[in-house]
Amino acid sequence: MIMKPIEQEAPLLEMRGIGKQFPGVRALTGVHLTLRRGDVLALLGENGAGKSTLIKMLGGAHEPDEGTIHLDGRAVRIRSAREAREAGIAVIYQEFNLVPAMTIRENLFLGRERTRFGWLDHDGERQLAQQWLDRLGLKIDPDTKCADFSVAQQQAVEIARALSFDARILVMDEPSAVLTDQEVTKLFAIVRDLQAEGIGIIYISHRLEEIDAIASEFLVLRDGETVAEGAVAGATREQLIEKMVGRPLEDEFPSRSIRLGPERLRVEGLSRDGVVHDVHFSVRAGEMVGVFGLVGAGRTEMMRLLAGADARDHGVVAVDGNALSLRSPREAIAAGICLLSEDRKGEGLVLMHSAVENFGLPNLKRFSKGAILQAAQEREEFSQYAQQLRLRLHSPDQRVRELSGGNQQKVVLSKWLARHADVILFDEPTRGIDVGAKFEIYQLMNTLASQGKAIVMVSSELPEILGMSDRILVMRGGRLTGEVPNDAHVTQEAILKLAMLEEVAA
Amino acid sequence: MKKWLGEYGMLLVLLFLCALFSLLTLKQQSATGSAAAARVAATVEKSASPSDAILVIGAAKKPSSTLAAMVKPQLEAKGLTNVSLLVGTPRDLKLLADSWSEDGAPAPKHLIISGDVESWTVLEGIRSSHPEITWTRPRERWQSDFLKGSNLVAIVDRIVVIAVIAIGMTLVILTGGIDLSVGSLIAFAAVLSTLLMKALGGLTAPSWSVWLGFLAATMACGGIGASGGFLVAQFRVAPFITTLAIMMMARGFAFLLTGGFSIYQVPDSLTWLGQGRTLGIPNTVILLMVLYTVAHLFMSQTRWGRYIYAVGGNEEAARLSGVPVKGVLIFVYLVAGLCAGFGGCIQASQLGSGAPNLGMMFELYVIAAVVVGGTSLSGGTGKIMGTLIGAFIISVIQNGMNLLGFDSYLQQVVLGAVILVAVLLDKLRQGGTGIRWLRA
Repeated sequence: MIMKPIEQEAPLLEMRGIGKQFPGVRALTGVHLTLRRGDVLALLGENGAGKSTLIKMLGGAHEPDEGTIHLDGRAVRIRSAREAREAGIAVIYQEFNLVPAMTIRENLFLGRERTRFGWLDHDGERQLAQQWLDRLGLKIDPDTKCADFSVAQQQAVEIARALSFDARILVMDEPSAVLTDQEVTKLFAIVRDLQAEGIGIIYISHRLEEIDAIASEFLVLRDGETVAEGAVAGATREQLIEKMVGRPLEDEFPSRSIRLGPERLRVEGLSRDGVVHDVHFSVRAGEMVGVFGLVGAGRTEMMRLLAGADARDHGVVAVDGNALSLRSPREAIAAGICLLSEDRKGEGLVLMHSAVENFGLPNLKRFSKGAILQAAQEREEFSQYAQQLRLRLHSPDQRVRELSGGNQQKVVLSKWLARHADVILFDEPTRGIDVGAKFEIYQLMNTLASQGKAIVMVSSELPEILGMSDRILVMRGGRLTGEVPNDAHVTQEAILKLAMLEEVAA
Repeated sequence: MKKWLGEYGMLLVLLFLCALFSLLTLKQQSATGSAAAARVAATVEKSASPSDAILVIGAAKKPSSTLAAMVKPQLEAKGLTNVSLLVGTPRDLKLLADSWSEDGAPAPKHLIISGDVESWTVLEGIRSSHPEITWTRPRERWQSDFLKGSNLVAIVDRIVVIAVIAIGMTLVILTGGIDLSVGSLIAFAAVLSTLLMKALGGLTAPSWSVWLGFLAATMACGGIGASGGFLVAQFRVAPFITTLAIMMMARGFAFLLTGGFSIYQVPDSLTWLGQGRTLGIPNTVILLMVLYTVAHLFMSQTRWGRYIYAVGGNEEAARLSGVPVKGVLIFVYLVAGLCAGFGGCIQASQLGSGAPNLGMMFELYVIAAVVVGGTSLSGGTGKIMGTLIGAFIISVIQNGMNLLGFDSYLQQVVLGAVILVAVLLDKLRQGGTGIRWLRA
């Protein structure tokens, strides 16, 4: 009897020479990926580098045109989500697969409902669901409606569901993008448990500090090809970024000279019952104000009030000294306030329409004579912005659904830039966007500020707040809990304290 | 070109159907006119002696009757004197043929039949009992019944009401809504306009009363549509329910207004729009061309057209981009109401009367036309010209089946199946999970 040396044991997952062609785009070329038991493989690359295509092959959404997938050394075909699940692969996509109107329990058991004598076994389901949620440390009643939960909690439920299928391979596409730091810590604890159980994990994230903390191996894709791979321990953050971007990287945040003008935006006693309470602040021309807070602190809600997306119950919002009624986004836009929403797919874009149509939407009045559209003018201006923003697309008529996250965000930016608004509200402008595009967006924000616009930026990432803002507002529970000038004395701890503590010392 | 095909792929389906029905209805047409009569006479002259009894049979209807009437003098001019003429029904011929055998009256040596007579079954009996008779059928060119000018006009006439209303329905469906009330609004508008004409003098009412009636009825339906749109936009009532309620109420009002009877007390000029011609072109054809051109330009070249697409594509994104979403919603239901009201006026004009039971089930045909034309029921994508093609696909299928003599119940089955196939083809053309499933 011959003993096989342990090193020759076939890896859990091997993707060999993977290639994929989409109409007009070469998505992947000759990509190799190896995942062993207990590995946490960080899959890195800018948006559009081919990460999503690669993991969709594991999830059964795409099949490779070239190359093969091997599980435990055996070649397999994964043609549907069901086949992926049966092969022991669970993929957690960025978009949730939850039915908002159904309860957590119903969602967890969707498609595999438990029955007793042909009737739904509610108690059995509830017990199991509770176990799965407990495993993630989620204190959630499984009989609550999904829609009642925050984005972060829904994400956690997604993870719980994926784990409940006894997956041997877990693929996570930016799981941390919507989690708070505490939740990320919890997630990492779970990932380490799974690692110890021998589960292989593929982890996609744009936050490199997370890669250091959790991943053992890395694979960097650029333009659909493997540009680097190896052990995380042997690589520096800067090296990884350079590999991803394909050029040496300067500072993470571009610098700018600050020139403050008169007060542009003034907010007094802004309130919406139960959501935002008595918020006061002002922003001067050329000033960039960062708003920090934990998930649920009311930041997005406050921004929506400023943009007229929701109606406020009390308070005054004034631009250049003129109080605004703000009964609709239309009025806000006309008054020179525009909002880049945090949910760009749900609120920022009409995904099924073309890039140029999305660009034109808030600007149609300018692009028409009387009632008649001047399509040529619209296209010309769009191509100018597309060039300026380094927007990558085949044609202005390409549907935005087909664009990567960074390029989608640039389309949203282009449509608001063309408004030439005085007050620009950025809600999580760089969420889900790769390092290179982030830097471009920061530069653009600086340019806008130097043009004398008043800028308000909401972000969950403290380094971004500290790196970009002139002044920092901190929110908790719908209230403003602090206002800090961003100078050398400010510390992350001080801001976190304002964001988290129940009582702030007066 | 490829993109154009993608957007108007249904046009190929329509062309295919037209070609199919043209071939299937191709037949040798009965000859008509004096030239044909002369040819028949010449043929018969060759084989007949002057004293032979010759019977010329024509159906009571034109052109068969006129041809028969023209053949007789032609024969007589060639010296064939024993010619008799029968113009009438199969029963008349049966009685005559029976007399040949009973009292020994001689049967004619030659039979000349023309036009519709060819299909009379009584001929079979004569053929078997009098094999000695020579038959002559005046025949001429091959032509497709489907492609006859009169038939093409019939196709347009059949669909004009549905096609006009489908413009409004396309706008509504593009916003992700639906309008079930249009069928009842046809009846409401037809009844309202004809009642107004009746009140303004009935049969002797001036012709401006027709236009006043049309205008009032169209405006009233527009108002009804806009109020429905207001409920949808302001209170977020589901369009299905809002328009279902309007559908019931409009139908009810149409019956209440008339007591259930049709209204015939209208001036003759009522029929101009639906049955008349201008410069030789049927008014319905002109109407469709004008309305669809305007609608197409509106949807593709104006700001509001773009707004409608945006609201259907992502209502929240549209709102946050400053699109007046409520205004857009009210507007599309207003247009749907106007189109339905005008469609009702056309219907009344085609029939020369108004009745409260008009337009039953039309809402479903209209929706079918829009969907077959490639507009997505979930909103955001679709084209006005696609809807016109969809409407014609439905009309051509119905017309073709009529020509081929399909049973009317069978027609419904086929039409339903064709709608399914058309929509399925469209989905497959667009790609998606269905194709993967078919390949697997």
